[in-house]
Amino acid sequence: MSGALSLPTRRTPPGVFVALVLTLAIGWIVVTLDGGRLFSVPTTVSLLHVAAGLGLVAVGQTLVIVGGSLDLSVAFVVSLSTLVAAETMAGDDGALLPAIGLTLAVSATIGLVNGLLVTAARINPFIATVGVGLLLKGYLDNGYDGPAGKTAPALVQGLGYQRIGPVPLSFLLLLAVAAAAWFVLARTRFGHHLIAVGGDPEVARLSGVRGSRVLVTAHVLCALCAGLAGVYLAGRLGAGAPRVGTEGLYDLESIAAVVLGGTALAGGRGSVVGTVGGVLLLASMDAIFNQLEVDVFFKQAIRGVIIIAAVAVYARRAMRKAS
Amino acid sequence: MSGLLPSPLLALRGIGKSFLGVRVLDGVDLQVRPGEVHAVVGENGAGKSTLMKVVSGVHQPDEGTVEFAGAPRTFRNPREARQAGIGIVYQELTLLPERTVAENVCLGREPLRRGLVDRRAMLSHTAELLASVGEGSLPPDTRVGRLGVAQQQVVEIVKALALDARLLIMDEPTAALADHEVDQLYALVRRLQEHGIGVLYVSHRLKEVFDLSSRITVLKDGRAVATLDTVDTSADRLVRHMVGRELSSYYPAPAEPQELGPVRLTVRGGGNRKLRGIDLRLRAGEVLGVGGLQGSGRSALARALFGAAPFSTGRVTVDGAPVRLRSPRAAIRAGIAYVSEDRKGEGIVAGQSVLDNALLAGRAVRLGRGGRGARTARVRELLAAVELRAAGEEQEIRFLSGGNQQKVVLARWLALAPRILLFDEPTRGIDVGAKSAIHDLVRRLACDGAAVLMVSSELPELLGMSDRIVVMRDGRIAGELPTGASEEDVVALAVGTVGEAAG
Repeated sequence: MSGALSLPTRRTPPGVFVALVLTLAIGWIVVTLDGGRLFSVPTTVSLLHVAAGLGLVAVGQTLVIVGGSLDLSVAFVVSLSTLVAAETMAGDDGALLPAIGLTLAVSATIGLVNGLLVTAARINPFIATVGVGLLLKGYLDNGYDGPAGKTAPALVQGLGYQRIGPVPLSFLLLLAVAAAAWFVLARTRFGHHLIAVGGDPEVARLSGVRGSRVLVTAHVLCALCAGLAGVYLAGRLGAGAPRVGTEGLYDLESIAAVVLGGTALAGGRGSVVGTVGGVLLLASMDAIFNQLEVDVFFKQAIRGVIIIAAVAVYARRAMRKAS
Repeated sequence: MSGLLPSPLLALRGIGKSFLGVRVLDGVDLQVRPGEVHAVVGENGAGKSTLMKVVSGVHQPDEGTVEFAGAPRTFRNPREARQAGIGIVYQELTLLPERTVAENVCLGREPLRRGLVDRRAMLSHTAELLASVGEGSLPPDTRVGRLGVAQQQVVEIVKALALDARLLIMDEPTAALADHEVDQLYALVRRLQEHGIGVLYVSHRLKEVFDLSSRITVLKDGRAVATLDTVDTSADRLVRHMVGRELSSYYPAPAEPQELGPVRLTVRGGGNRKLRGIDLRLRAGEVLGVGGLQGSGRSALARALFGAAPFSTGRVTVDGAPVRLRSPRAAIRAGIAYVSEDRKGEGIVAGQSVLDNALLAGRAVRLGRGGRGARTARVRELLAAVELRAAGEEQEIRFLSGGNQQKVVLARWLALAPRILLFDEPTRGIDVGAKSAIHDLVRRLACDGAAVLMVSSELPELLGMSDRIVVMRDGRIAGELPTGASEEDVVALAVGTVGEAAG
């Protein structure tokens, strides 16, 4: 293995991509037998749209999980972001950039709060981010009954619906964000330190790493990713949607995608590429089930089984490595 | 090197340190010359670790001065000490198994190029460092988790050296190493010496101290009671300084034949994945030593008897009645206790209190002797009986010394009044004083009628403690030796030069 190639991605378990290919292959057969078409343009486009929204959140989630933390407030950050974006724009293209800026600033602030609760206040990340999430939920439930604001038409036409061939702009945005996150983990000091903090905070500390700073930054980046997902969804929906994050299960699904991608929940080992694979796997399952018009409950149950099976496979592999 | 008598690299003068009013260090003087290996020995609690932490900037001394490279220094944190050129190799490995050698070595000070981590520089820098300690064959882009313990130790040392360290502190560096790996470490330390790096070497193993060091400082109760030239001293003398006692008085007297009671435990044809054809009898009142090389099945035997990795074939009886030791719980109910060799991993729950740790087995397996209050009272008595030294029973056990942790583990089992005790390396990582306390306790238990099986890789301990020794090889019992056997007898059986067991 040459030095120049020894980036963290080389340890990406190909498992998730094998699973992805298998899922698509089996799905294609079943859907075809059922008389439908899995790889038609509309299905592909909608698959990639689903992947884009979930993927943006999951890439951010990867960063905090690699650092040994967790963010369960992302679903509410997504909802809030759609509202901040759409209400600030109020249907005016001129307000597009300020609105996006404000949305990201709000998200970053929430991430900062999460990060400070986890580091400075030493609250367990699970509790801290659920708490922040519930605060946001309270605000959203209290202030909104349904869609509010109006997204700028430019955003709707652009990020919301524009595509190149079957590939939506939003999916390209996901790839860009994922590439950036990969780069950050592999090539910046921050990335190296984040992985170290996730691997063993004490080791990192004894090596002179300022763990708190690193972890707060990761939380801010994670919330920014969720904010970006909110901006995209505002473009997709044409308005702010106070429940879109929770209804889309962005919190649990993003964690599921990260885990499917081979990132250790305990931190210290992770792969953004794997996360994108996990997102595509979840989105593909979604598309297949939609084509088959599968019952919603059954759909959820199957996803649960697949996630548990995947984690079991990883656990077995880790056990074999250890012995 | 000694021709010029170089000025000291490190000079400690009158170092004093107290924690919560307890004086841990008291007027310690110590000097390390460039290229010198200076050993620091002493019982646990003598202040060795605190002294090392003062030198490496973790603690600040209450009094006294630290002079490094000719100038008085105060290190406010480990970072400052490291930048000044003091590297430290901790007792536990501080590496990230998921990261590469280079990523570990450069952690916290990754070389940058245009603001980004310069991977090439990182790899070449690490390769250079590895080569400078004669480990050039270790590829810097290997994941640390794939290396053996000895190689990880090398990485740890290289990491400590990465910032041009001129003084290296090594705290029990061989605790995790196998014998042949220790030789590698020796070679490495000697090479550091040639580079003029001073080494402060803390160890319980006197052999290493004599093999490596040029001077030895003995700490006792926070004071430096002696600094000796290694060539002019002997193990006896060193131990006298440490505990005020002769080497020969280490081991309690073995059992007299009339003290042996009935057979407590028998194994006939016991076997599992790691063991074959085990036949064993263990009598009340005796200490049966189990010797053999690492991986010969010594620990597997103890674990099988405790049901942790049960026998899959064969018969076991306890006090004449057949038992099935399918799980630790079953073994405990049969009156068997087990003190693991892996104290950290299997012996203690690090974050729980002394009392909780001592109550662990009693709470899990109630053997019908009174309720909660009685159980707790009994454990308290036992903790006092084993002369535990702790800040209180609510103190988290991880803050205790190895010897005191072991005493808590012992108290846990004694509370169940076991008839059969299995000890796997009961004194590993424990200092001389606490060691003999544990030896005394083991013997006393045997005298009180327990049957004791003790695995030990320390030959003097095995020979000194056992009434009988079985030696394992390749998962079998290679032979049995009576009391009074020599180290050579044990080794010969263990490596298989004599006594090929029939069948």
